[in-house]
Amino acid sequence: MDFDLSEEQRLLKESIDGLLKTSYDFEQRKKYSAEKGGWSKAVWDKLAEQGLLGLPFAEADGGFGAGAVETMLVMQAFGRALVLEPYLPTVVIAGGFLRHGGSDAQKAAHIPGIIDGSKTFAFAQLEKNSRYDLNDVSTTAKKKGDGWVIDGEKFVVLNGEAADTLVVTARTKGGQTDRDGIGVFLVPREAQGVTVKGYPTQDGMRAADITFTGVEVGADAAIGDPANGLPLIERVVDEARTALCAEAVGLMDEALKITVEYIKTRKQFGVPIGSFQALQHRAADMFVFTEQARSMALLATMASDFDDARERAASVAAAKVQIGKSSKFVGQQSVQLHGGIGVTMEAAIGHYFKRLSIIENTLGDTEYHQRRVSEAGGII
Amino acid sequence: MDLSLTPEELAFRDEVRAFFRDNVPPSVKRKLEENRHTTKEEMVEWSRILNKKGWAVPHWPVELGGTGWDAVRQYIFLEELQATPAPPMLPFGVNMVGPVIYTFGNEAQKKHYLPRIANLDDWWCQGFSEPGSGSDLASLKTKAERKGDKYIVNGQKTWTTLGQHADWIFCLVRTDPAAKKQEGISFLLIDMKSKGITIRPIVTIDGGREVNEVFFDDVEVPAENLVGQENKGWDYAKFLLGNERTNIARVGMSKERLRRLRQLASETLSGGRPIAEDANFRAKLAAVEVELKALELTQMRVVANEGKHGKGKPDPASSVLKIKGSEIQQTLTELMLEVAGPFATPYDVHGDDGSNEAMDWIAQIAPTYFNYRKVSIYGGSNEIQRNIISKAVLGL
Ligand SMILES: Cc1cc2nc3c(=O)[nH]c(=O)nc-3n(C[C@H](O)[C@H](O)[C@H](O)COP(=O)(O)OP(=O)(O)OC[C@H]3O[C@@H](n4cnc5c(N)ncnc54)[C@H](O)[C@@H]3O)c2cc1C
Ligand SMILES: Cc1cc2nc3c(=O)[nH]c(=O)nc-3n(C[C@H](O)[C@H](O)[C@H](O)COP(=O)(O)OP(=O)(O)OC[C@H]3O[C@@H](n4cnc5c(N)ncnc54)[C@H](O)[C@@H]3O)c2cc1C
Repeated sequence: MDFDLSEEQRLLKESIDGLLKTSYDFEQRKKYSAEKGGWSKAVWDKLAEQGLLGLPFAEADGGFGAGAVETMLVMQAFGRALVLEPYLPTVVIAGGFLRHGGSDAQKAAHIPGIIDGSKTFAFAQLEKNSRYDLNDVSTTAKKKGDGWVIDGEKFVVLNGEAADTLVVTARTKGGQTDRDGIGVFLVPREAQGVTVKGYPTQDGMRAADITFTGVEVGADAAIGDPANGLPLIERVVDEARTALCAEAVGLMDEALKITVEYIKTRKQFGVPIGSFQALQHRAADMFVFTEQARSMALLATMASDFDDARERAASVAAAKVQIGKSSKFVGQQSVQLHGGIGVTMEAAIGHYFKRLSIIENTLGDTEYHQRRVSEAGGII
Repeated sequence: MDLSLTPEELAFRDEVRAFFRDNVPPSVKRKLEENRHTTKEEMVEWSRILNKKGWAVPHWPVELGGTGWDAVRQYIFLEELQATPAPPMLPFGVNMVGPVIYTFGNEAQKKHYLPRIANLDDWWCQGFSEPGSGSDLASLKTKAERKGDKYIVNGQKTWTTLGQHADWIFCLVRTDPAAKKQEGISFLLIDMKSKGITIRPIVTIDGGREVNEVFFDDVEVPAENLVGQENKGWDYAKFLLGNERTNIARVGMSKERLRRLRQLASETLSGGRPIAEDANFRAKLAAVEVELKALELTQMRVVANEGKHGKGKPDPASSVLKIKGSEIQQTLTELMLEVAGPFATPYDVHGDDGSNEAMDWIAQIAPTYFNYRKVSIYGGSNEIQRNIISKAVLGL
């Protein structure tokens, strides 16, 4: 058993922190959030320069061949700084589909653009009635000649407006919730028949509702087996959930730090409010919740190497449960301990709380994953 | 001992219920259901409807426009108002400064201000908190110096709810810097149009504008605007805060939210079935219902005991109402967010203009959840309420 980072991993962590320290304070973030697409191209280019966008890709594909731990380090750092850039949809999700399901030609066509920062992606998965079920897909992909015609509606697509390419889940056969017959397709956002309606999100990012009307794509648009893509989707989504867990741990670390600093300095009744035991215990509980979350985020990260798909899925689900519970407690209490200033836009703490809350409802909430853990027969 | 309402009380409830049903404008009702902000005009219009009926200030003394209802009827009235839902009466006038004026003010003040409060001719806001004085309110620094027949006020108030609409602000100001902190405070009524007042909005976590900072720079206030005696303001403030706490349980409102939650859960599918049919969700709902029922009964016990603790002395159990009332309100917003799920993520930039109709209810779910963290912070935070219970009730 070894919980230590390797020398390279430690250096990686330092270099990300260094980058974010100079280019991602709260005021800078506000500016980035207001940019078109909801994030900063300049920051994205810096991430590319430092090689962060190429981390998980094989060296043969131009990447660094890094593993799940490196992604965890990146996401934790992004959480600490409330980073808005579309790393999750581009590197983790689209990158994941390409790595695990892409043909050599698809890899060659798309991975270089991710690594050099010239292209971003979005994951168009959520539907009106699907909620958190990945097998619930009504959007259709019908065969036409060699290629496909896609019709349907997707919602709350993160980075949907700015993305060059959309990764779309669509049904090639079967009924709405059949596990068989789901495919994954790469669709240029500017393709004929794609309508994108963008909007800001509660946590300061941008997303879009996207309609596909008779959108024609070639045979090379399908990633993996278009008749049986669900296992691939589940694997990549589990990696995305794992990344979200890591981000949440970063958010909690920082929320706790900000809160502890605040209660050490804010005075009422002539003393720092941190001298009141009621608040000391609350902060101590926040620490307890954060550490439990950290442990489970590690489990999810390690699980990506588990051979048994069932055990892997149950571990990720369990992590998402703990992250959800911890996020709620840490988010709510960090606001509470700030008093009035905690419920304003101008204090950073509220933005941590909001991002934590949205993560809880992304790719399965606590309730949903608790059910998955129990359906998997538990994890102990 | 009897927990049920008498036939007369039931008849009264039906009368109040029917009145609200027939008189709250439907567009306003819908806004309240979706937790959107009502406009100043809507609030004023509603207050006038109530005032015409003679119900604008039900708990005030009869000679000042009150209804003479007993505590149970007062309670039923508020319950039904919140459960309809109808707009709440603007608390700063009706529940806060009004009772202070008729209890501690002089005849001229009563005559001038009270009818204007009842008709919402004057919009009042509360100027207590300051940047350095939140939970420790008595440490406030805004000072008022007596110069002839005027006070000169300098300093800053903050968290002033709906101050942007206000005609008047009632303030706690320091008039004797040398005295012990509670003993140098006075209660002053200040015209918001006075020279030297500036107001700056504070945007809340949900993007809304409900609170403000108010700055006072050599503001001249006629000495006749002092309520009661100079340096006795802290007594009046405690009286006022005690009233605030009993109004804060919001049982009727939580009942309305609970109904709405149930409805949304029955319309939203998870795994192809309404969430309302999910056993875990139902258990969570039942758990809140039990808490809410208990709170309702606790509130009724407090109501029934009203006045038995001495005039102006709130029941120490009112802290229970504040703690539980706020926790239940927050739990309901959490469950709403759970039901809305991923569709709560978009931020509705259209705000209150009625566009984006289909998604209206859902657009307010996350903002309400975020915003409602305030209910365990304001009106004496829940930590302060626990301090009160441990000291005043348990003698620790
Ligand atoms: C089953 C059992 C086995 C034990 N075995 C051992 C043993 O093997 N060796 C050993 O040395 N001791 C042992 N103990 C003793 C145990 O360590 C003490 O009971 C414990 O330290 C609490 O001390 P106390 O009982 O004097 O309670 P107190 O210290 O009087 O505490 C009473 C209550 O006040 C709280 N409290 C006290 N101080 C504070 C504070 N500063 N802030 C907030 N809350 C506070 C406590 O949490 C507790 O709820 C055992 C106790 C039990 C019940
Ligand atoms: C939305 C909103 C509307 C408001 N409207 C008004 C208004 O209209 N007029 C007005 O005058 N004020 C208003 N307030 C102010 C409100 O009353 C204060 O926010 C409240 O008193 C808390 O003060 P604070 O924000 O300075 O927090 P602080 O007092 O700094 O508290 C910070 C944290 O420390 C805790 N704490 C403080 N002291 C203790 C202690 N002794 N023991 C344990 N814990 C402690 C608190 O519980 C809190 O968790 C409003 C506040 C909000 C959020």
